[in-house]
Amino acid sequence: MTAEEASREDTFPKLLARNARTRGGRPAIRHKDLGIWQTWSWTEVEAQCRALAVFLRELGVRPGDTIAIVGHNRPRLYWSMMAAQMLGAVPVPVYADSVAEEMAYLLAHAEVKLAVAQDQEQVDKLITVAERVPTLHRILYDEERGLRNYDHTNLKPLDEAIASGLDALRDDPEAARALDESIAAGKGADLAIILYTSGTTGRPKGVMLTHDNVLISARNGCAFDKLDETEEVIAYLPIAWVGDHIFSYAQSIVAGFCVNCPESPDTVVEDRREIGTTYAFAPPRVYENLLTLTMVRMEDASAPKRRMFAFFLAVAKRAGERILNGEPTPLKDRLLYALGEALVYGPLKNRFGLSRVKVAYTAGEAIGPEIFRFYRSLGINLKQLYGQTEASVYVTLQPDGEIRADTVGRPGLEVEVKIADDGEVLFRSPGVFKAYYKDPDATARTKTPDGWVHSGDAGFFDRDGHLKIIDRAKDVGRMKDGSLFPPKYLENKLKFYPNIKEAVAFGDGRDFCAAFINIDLTAVGNWAERNNVVYASYQELAAHPLVYDMIAAHVDEVNRSLAVEPRMGGAQIRRFLVLPKELDADDGELTRTQKVRRGFIAERYGALVDALYSGAKEADLRVEVTFEDGRKGVIAARVGIRDCAAHPVPGGGETLEAAE
Amino acid sequence: MRAPGGDTRLAPGDVLLSVEGVSLSFGGVKAITDVSFDIRKGEIRAIIGPNGAGKTSMLNVINGFYHPQQGRITFKGATRQKMRPSVAAAQGIARTFQNVALFKGMSTLDNIMAGRTLKMRSPFFWQLFRHGPALTEEIAHRKVVEEIIDFLEIQAIRKTPVGKLPYGLQKRVELGRALAMQPDLLLLDEPMAGMNLEEKEDMSRFILDVNNQYGTTIALIEHDMGVVMDLSDRVVVLEYGRKIADGAPDEVKRNKQVIDAYLGVPH
Repeated sequence: MTAEEASREDTFPKLLARNARTRGGRPAIRHKDLGIWQTWSWTEVEAQCRALAVFLRELGVRPGDTIAIVGHNRPRLYWSMMAAQMLGAVPVPVYADSVAEEMAYLLAHAEVKLAVAQDQEQVDKLITVAERVPTLHRILYDEERGLRNYDHTNLKPLDEAIASGLDALRDDPEAARALDESIAAGKGADLAIILYTSGTTGRPKGVMLTHDNVLISARNGCAFDKLDETEEVIAYLPIAWVGDHIFSYAQSIVAGFCVNCPESPDTVVEDRREIGTTYAFAPPRVYENLLTLTMVRMEDASAPKRRMFAFFLAVAKRAGERILNGEPTPLKDRLLYALGEALVYGPLKNRFGLSRVKVAYTAGEAIGPEIFRFYRSLGINLKQLYGQTEASVYVTLQPDGEIRADTVGRPGLEVEVKIADDGEVLFRSPGVFKAYYKDPDATARTKTPDGWVHSGDAGFFDRDGHLKIIDRAKDVGRMKDGSLFPPKYLENKLKFYPNIKEAVAFGDGRDFCAAFINIDLTAVGNWAERNNVVYASYQELAAHPLVYDMIAAHVDEVNRSLAVEPRMGGAQIRRFLVLPKELDADDGELTRTQKVRRGFIAERYGALVDALYSGAKEADLRVEVTFEDGRKGVIAARVGIRDCAAHPVPGGGETLEAAE
Repeated sequence: MRAPGGDTRLAPGDVLLSVEGVSLSFGGVKAITDVSFDIRKGEIRAIIGPNGAGKTSMLNVINGFYHPQQGRITFKGATRQKMRPSVAAAQGIARTFQNVALFKGMSTLDNIMAGRTLKMRSPFFWQLFRHGPALTEEIAHRKVVEEIIDFLEIQAIRKTPVGKLPYGLQKRVELGRALAMQPDLLLLDEPMAGMNLEEKEDMSRFILDVNNQYGTTIALIEHDMGVVMDLSDRVVVLEYGRKIADGAPDEVKRNKQVIDAYLGVPH
């Protein structure tokens, strides 16, 4: 593409017109309806979007107006975004599962004039919140079911809207001319979309992205993985999420590939299999679920099949990733892997709907290394990326051949990343958002005047230049000597060992790091049986000297790996103890989603924390516990404390000894 | 799917089916004694009563499975005393059963397709080879069935053998098969028995939607009083084979005889 062309097609409506011109007959979007994949070509999509835009214009939508889009992934909802952009209006997608309360806040904050809803459920919610959103005066809907008897004064089905727009375009040359002018007037610097971030703390914030932001990011993403018009993606993640907006909307229009909307949220796996996606995106839990489902189904398979499955999975584990990465592999393994491809991996990938996949991404949270390697060993090019709404997704991604389970890759094209003194990751790119909608304070806190964005995550670059995210920046503490203390990072490293079920790290404002360990009863019990360790209770097993030896060996390995990582050397664990009881949500020690509540635990086991830092060899503990039937009891125990050696940090970095 | 009802001669509110003085006995056991009531077009009519009150027998009489010794049944203006279930079905009466009666080894799709059998017209010969008129017809039937699948939100289990489905979903498939007949009168025998609260809510919504969207007249037997009171327009109450009350849900709820029948009377 020449520079002139690129500057001419600087908005999504202009790109859509280009697609209709240059690849008009190719499929643009599909939707499975009544059991059949219905397909629209680029020419048809353009016609539908233009008609809808004409209708919206007649309805009084003007440049700068905001339009809410509520529902799951449906072609007409994506077209509504496009129609709004054609008029210079701004689509505001809303999560389909947001409750009325959230929706009321968001719609009022965004001052939407009009809402496009998928079905009765969403229309009902919109009607409920309408009186709290004074600007909202019209609702369009996609599916008629259940809405027949509603008052239609301010309610209209989308197909009627499109039909009336088509009539207007046919009968009135003026309407088409006005629309063309409006599209031509759009510029790359115009606001393209407002995406509200769910915001774990406080109210959701509206991230304003311009056409340039989204378009350049999408284009760079396509270039990074060499995506073209032959790709197939399945659109099933929330339309209000930046990932879906980039992958299912922006990149489809930029590269000209086809987006497939599933029949219902429950049929995604089956629909993906029918389509055979070539470019896939999913949060880790989707991959986890697929794997679990497979393993459960295999349990029911006949014995020869199970044996074959186990054998070839072992082959894949040994050779699969090497072959995918193009590393040298023994001929025998290559032959076995080829056989396995025919017998196991091929059929399995077909089941997953990943047979044709060129590149698959996972992001959002850390994926378990085992799961990550499982998919890669089958020959699926699964990669990780690190992104944010504020960056139009891309911050870092893993290039082909440089895949690791524990990093999120290198900075993307045109993205600069640096690490602040407190460990926070900062980035700057063409995708960086304009501002938070109507929230200059939050914008000023997040984005510096020269365009750097505070990600809120702490991380570091490893020796190969790959970014590693360790924790939320606000959770990362400092030790007395100023070294970083990333609690979750330490805990995850410890929990990597099957014998350790939970870990709680301490060190903020202290001289050194220390940890509470919870043993995993299944794994350690199994080990005890094999090693003739006799025990009567969890408490007794936890206090066993051999168990302490085993845990000490794990901690030592963790320390060794910390020592060689940049800026992590100071966070080596110097003392630990094994808790005599399992951390439990009933006692308030874990959240209901099984995350440790560090502050609460530090308070509840204050005596033990003091002992960790007083140099004592053991400490007495008395805590009240809640049994499963609701009765209360008291656990009293003498808990031993172990010291661990620190490994020297190469390169003469700050070490604990130096600080002491 | 076809527009409401089918029988254009009847307007909503007209009597669709009337039962007059029906008595049914098996040998010496009197299951139903002199019961009369009617079902109006477009309404949801509940039949309630304690165990053994004759509710299911009543449904069996209506769809021609049992033949009453006395009394008359008038459906869409035609009076009859004896009728085979297949004829009742052809006339537009569909039903579901207390204990799910599906083809367990067949898929959801095939089970609902089975509900279209009565509407199939192409010669057996063509059906055998799935060619010519049979193919055209099958496509048309499949469209109706797909609309039902969409309506009941069971796309995800389209190809699953129904025997593998949880009970709540099997009930939904059974409703789908009854709907495939595009009936004028839909008889539901305890559609929510054995369901958990969420499944009951789903099923209630489907029943209301069927009634709203297609204008299908529904007669249902149900034990869950909350459901009955919420769903139905009129309720008829049976006890020991006799009718003891008939009217709007609120009226029936206050009726002393009904309260006694359900709570028992001190003797």
